[in-house]
Amino acid sequence: MTHLVPLLTTILLAAEEGGAEAGHGPDVGITGGPLVEYAWLIVVLPLVMPFVITAIGKRLPWKGWELAWLTMGFVAVYGTVLLVAEATTGVLYHKSVHVADIGSFAIEWGFLVDGLSIMMYFLVGVVGFLVFTYALGYMKGDIRFTWFFVSFTLFAGGMLVLVAAPNLLQLIVGWELVGLASYLLIAHYWEDYENVDAGNKAFMTNKVADAALFIGAIILAMSVGSFSFEAILEVVASGDGSSLLSRYAFWAGLLVFIGAMGKSAQFPLHVWLPDAMAGPTPVSALMHAATMVTAGVYLLGRLFPFYLDPEMIFAGEVRTIIVVIGGITLFFVGLLAVVQDDIKKVLAFSTVSQLGYMVAAMGAGAYTAGLFHLFTHAFFKALLFLGAGSVIHAVHSNNMSDMGGLRKSMPATFWTFVIGSLALVGVFPFAGFWSKDEIIASLQHAGAENAESLATFVMVLAIGGAFVTAFYMGRTVFLTFFGEYKGHAQPHESSAIMTVPLWVLAGFSLVIGLVNAPGLYTGFTDWLATRTTAMGDHHAESLNYLLAVTVFLVIVVAAVVAWRLFSPNKETQAQRDRFSIPVLYPLLRNTYYIDDFYLNGIVRPTMGPAAQAVLWFDMNVVDGIANGAGYVARVFARGVNVFDQRGVDGLYNSLAAATEGAGGVLRLAFTGRVQQYVAFSFLGAVIIVALVLIF
Amino acid sequence: MTIAQFLIVGSALFAIGLYGVITRRNAVLVLASVEVMLAAVNVNLVALDAYLVDPAAAGQIFALFIIALAAAEVGIGIAIVLMIFRNRRSANVDELDLMRH
Repeated sequence: MTHLVPLLTTILLAAEEGGAEAGHGPDVGITGGPLVEYAWLIVVLPLVMPFVITAIGKRLPWKGWELAWLTMGFVAVYGTVLLVAEATTGVLYHKSVHVADIGSFAIEWGFLVDGLSIMMYFLVGVVGFLVFTYALGYMKGDIRFTWFFVSFTLFAGGMLVLVAAPNLLQLIVGWELVGLASYLLIAHYWEDYENVDAGNKAFMTNKVADAALFIGAIILAMSVGSFSFEAILEVVASGDGSSLLSRYAFWAGLLVFIGAMGKSAQFPLHVWLPDAMAGPTPVSALMHAATMVTAGVYLLGRLFPFYLDPEMIFAGEVRTIIVVIGGITLFFVGLLAVVQDDIKKVLAFSTVSQLGYMVAAMGAGAYTAGLFHLFTHAFFKALLFLGAGSVIHAVHSNNMSDMGGLRKSMPATFWTFVIGSLALVGVFPFAGFWSKDEIIASLQHAGAENAESLATFVMVLAIGGAFVTAFYMGRTVFLTFFGEYKGHAQPHESSAIMTVPLWVLAGFSLVIGLVNAPGLYTGFTDWLATRTTAMGDHHAESLNYLLAVTVFLVIVVAAVVAWRLFSPNKETQAQRDRFSIPVLYPLLRNTYYIDDFYLNGIVRPTMGPAAQAVLWFDMNVVDGIANGAGYVARVFARGVNVFDQRGVDGLYNSLAAATEGAGGVLRLAFTGRVQQYVAFSFLGAVIIVALVLIF
Repeated sequence: MTIAQFLIVGSALFAIGLYGVITRRNAVLVLASVEVMLAAVNVNLVALDAYLVDPAAAGQIFALFIIALAAAEVGIGIAIVLMIFRNRRSANVDELDLMRH
């Protein structure tokens, strides 16, 4: 910490220089100077800080919040400086430190500063900083306030390890760290068993996917000979159809994608994300909307050329699966948001749906569009979650049936929530418009130019998804902020510590789309192409005016329908569900029975026999081992006891007895009579003299 | 006068004193017997000094020291005996087995 000040000076100076000087590291294409050489601080600081907060947090005036907040502030500032440097002069840096060897595999730890990771540094830093600020107000008086910020900072550290990773192993380390933080924070209020269940569900579902990711990563590493992304992408760039990688690419690509499906909550592994809303709202905003769940999309972006693969030598065939999964997720899971009463669950299903858009874009070979939506979505979805948190804070309920009419009592929350909704729905000129229409345009492009008929089908789904998004966001806004208030608590506007982050995020939601607005400024496309390996042909997307107008009309229709259904603010759930369709409504309310299927079809049948088997094993084998060990110990102890009693004690006892006997004999001489003593002394003297005379 | 005669007197005095110390029951008489033994030592010292013609006369000076020492010793001895007598109404050495054990 002591040399942080000169470091910051270096960083600021470097920002002015714009990283013009050439780097001197071991790797290719290095620019950026001291600014990027110290970028490891972005990763290391949030990793160290949880331990510091654990140690001293409770003794500080804000119970450790200030340390977490300053850490995120540092990441935000550094991320912003890096982004500015990237936008002005271009930055590219890669450093790996050799840690160990396993067989012929080098285990390396390093950090990447390229367009993709800078975007994520910026995102995690800025959104994280705002959410941490907000969390001070939201978590005020929480029973585990300090512990909350320990876990939350640990998440930031894990996420930054993940995005900085130049190899698959480090990425997996970060991947598991954010999984751990997610588990801890979902089950933050573990006094309620439901929350613990939600945490377990998130953890287990992710583990299923993680197993696939591990296997995929191992196949990739075995066939390339290295875990490093650069090595993998170099083989891809060589286009060698006879390479080992090419032989196993389909399975490796599929398994890695399954890993991404878990983290990014893609159908049918999306079930954990709605339950993850059991965690505190700032957690939902930062982890389960803005950053952590995008890790899967990020991974697809990191390995993008491997999947793009126009000659179908590598994992090109997996893209068909990716685009279909994305399409199913964005439409069918989005539809579930329509019937939710819990405002956070609406947003959770919405997040899954938007992640579906990103995945579909990746599947259609639209690298920029997918990551651009990741980028813009982080801001407006964090805004929506924080707005929902503000409402929940005010009415002490998650349910929209306890809300209504909050427009007047919570104006700041209302306006920022509306801005967030417009951005999410994709209304011009809000951030979501640029990114979502780019995805739809890319899907159209993929369908038309590359003759991928499935992409055209997914494009239709995506337009349908836009309708669904507009419908459920309209419903949410109308039920929450319009009509009569139906709750019991006294609603009031949140304090400035919570509303200021809302306004800042609203500002971002308004303008951030302009970083990649076709015809105006397309810097974002160039940033993302700044990688250590060539990105291949990922056609810089342009706006398709026909589609944009179509989507806009769809949105308007959806909003009008939502207004017709929900503006009168029906008083009861039954009335509110007036639009319900006999078969569809129960299907949606029960989330297509997927959760029931998992619970009754997989979890319980597994848990029952498995529990029995474990019990038997415990009773017979484990206890047997323990009892056997106990028996052996007892026999041994008995032997030791005999030796102790007879041998050791006997030795000391006999010594004592000998001393006592000698004393008994000697004491006879000591009668206490002075005259006897004199006589003996004289006798002794005589004997000594006699001896002296004789010898 | 030969040296042997003096040594015989000294030995006789020492033997008488020792006999007195061992057999007398009264503590005062025991002290008196000790004085007799010291006298025997003095006789020996002076006789041998004269016999050896020591120019420094160490034996005679030693005898003077012993006389002074004996006076001091009797002073303390009598005082102790008096205290014992006062506490126990007896100065019988046989009964003084407090030092036992």
